[in-house]
Amino acid sequence: MKLIDALWKDAPLATRREITPKLGFLLTALLALVWLIPFLWMGVATLRPASDGINLMAELMPSLKPTLDNIRDAWEIGDFPRYFLNTTIICTGILLVQFVTITLAGFAFARLDFAGKTLIFYLFLMQLMLVPVLLIVPNLRIVAQFGLYDTLAGVMMPFFASAFGTFLMRQAFEAIPTELEDAALIDGASLFQRIRHIYVPLSLPSFSAFAIISVTSHWNDFLWPLMVINSPDKRPLTVGLSVFTATAEGTQAWGTIAAGTLMVIAPLLITFLIFQKRFISSFVTSGIK
Amino acid sequence: MSLAEPAALPVAASAPPRLNVLKRFSHRFKASLPAYLLLLPSLVFLALFTYGAMGRVIIDALYQRATPKAPVRFVGLENIHAVLADPAFTGAVVNNLIYAIGTAVPSIALALLFALALARTNAVTSALRAALFLPVLIPMVAASALFLFIFLPNVGLLDYYIGRLLPVLPNWLGDPDIALYAIMVITIWKNAGYYMLFFLAGLQSVSEDVMEAAHLDGAGPWQRFRHITLPELKPTFLFVIVIATLNAVTQVDHVFVMTKGGPSNATNLVLFYVYQQAVEHYDVGKASAATLLTLAALMGLTALSFRTMANREGGP
Repeated sequence: MKLIDALWKDAPLATRREITPKLGFLLTALLALVWLIPFLWMGVATLRPASDGINLMAELMPSLKPTLDNIRDAWEIGDFPRYFLNTTIICTGILLVQFVTITLAGFAFARLDFAGKTLIFYLFLMQLMLVPVLLIVPNLRIVAQFGLYDTLAGVMMPFFASAFGTFLMRQAFEAIPTELEDAALIDGASLFQRIRHIYVPLSLPSFSAFAIISVTSHWNDFLWPLMVINSPDKRPLTVGLSVFTATAEGTQAWGTIAAGTLMVIAPLLITFLIFQKRFISSFVTSGIK
Repeated sequence: MSLAEPAALPVAASAPPRLNVLKRFSHRFKASLPAYLLLLPSLVFLALFTYGAMGRVIIDALYQRATPKAPVRFVGLENIHAVLADPAFTGAVVNNLIYAIGTAVPSIALALLFALALARTNAVTSALRAALFLPVLIPMVAASALFLFIFLPNVGLLDYYIGRLLPVLPNWLGDPDIALYAIMVITIWKNAGYYMLFFLAGLQSVSEDVMEAAHLDGAGPWQRFRHITLPELKPTFLFVIVIATLNAVTQVDHVFVMTKGGPSNATNLVLFYVYQQAVEHYDVGKASAATLLTLAALMGLTALSFRTMANREGGP
């Protein structure tokens, strides 16, 4: 985690004196404001009363008579509580199974010596290259063969094993001194007891980094659930929002679209603003979504 | 390695060597068994959804069904030929190339600028980093919903604020000459803050001593950046370029929400084409052939970029 800690320290003295000319900083600050404009519009439009009319819809100055009507409409039109529930089930389900698979596999790679270790390691590596989203067509057929088409389990299944998570846990476990395990071994602890009582508790930061990456990426997944899910009541947030947007776009209800979008992204945004440091360091550790 | 260390084998001098090999093998396997059991849960899912899926793509690409219910028929490379002869596919490949270069170059350049400007940590830079990072966190679908309004003709945000400066207002998403560039803006907006993180991390490896020494030797800021900082960032560049390439092929959610590949296929990207073939035309054979071609191209590109970078490493 050294790299991550470093992110929150200053860059080397020489670097920071030399490569941040004032002009570059001003440009960056300006662009950061531009970057926020879509969010700003979303907030302002959500609270804008319909009486302001379509011509004022783009106005970034907030309305003087803010209203919650758009939020209420979005809540009534889209089945957002249901979408929330589905997305939460999907993310939690994937994460729980992943925790088991990556802990076991990570431990095997970190601490055990076995025949074919290099070969199996490469088999895992392949998953990093063969990005799941590119394999949606065959994966849909495999999920259907299991009878899991149009089920939340079908959405989750392809992600149960994670090469990235396995490598992350392997790294974390390797950093734990073997003396600790030897001591437990002398006390007669079984393999699972050693994993559970020594390796897992000492690797919590890695687990939390993985959890952030996993939940963020599956919270945002769209294409795969779009293909697996058919029933409206099984839609996750992203698919729900796309249907909602398509419906509201026809009626030019942009305030409602802004409100719906706000509802979908608010949970992740709020979590990020609270745990900013942790999020950013997790993303740096990951590199791979 | 006190665990799983196979106990020394008592080798009987009179035993035939063949038996010895077998015995050693079974011993090694027995010693490896705990590891295999731990790896099993992961390997089951990898076997199904990575290697299995890969095999499935290859097989499906060689077969074809006339209708969804008809029996499959072996067609060899016909699907590949059909895809390559389909102007929608070749168009999508060209679009995807423009899209990849047109999103990767600006977002990487911006990411480097952001990282250099925000290398120092204080309250202001932290806030700016957060602002630039926010788009990374939101689903592409949500970004698309916001940008749908930004690009809306006449009343949208873009036309409302800058439209008055232009003599003619373009229809950002409706004009085939502009639509692809419009959706590229979203990708740049969404990814620059992500790549910024890797450059921020990469800057940490720039040696302060070397910088000081160069400073004392009279190297100017640009010279130091060009000859010290940039070479240090090489691995970061390689990494970010690979990620940006992958993103250019895998991020297509905005195409679904905003344009459906239109107008007249102007924003059709390869993955969207695959989706269309599989879900809209029920043509698994063609969809698989397109997937296979994409995977092959991606792997070739990744290998090539690694090799180019590795070669440059040794050069001047």
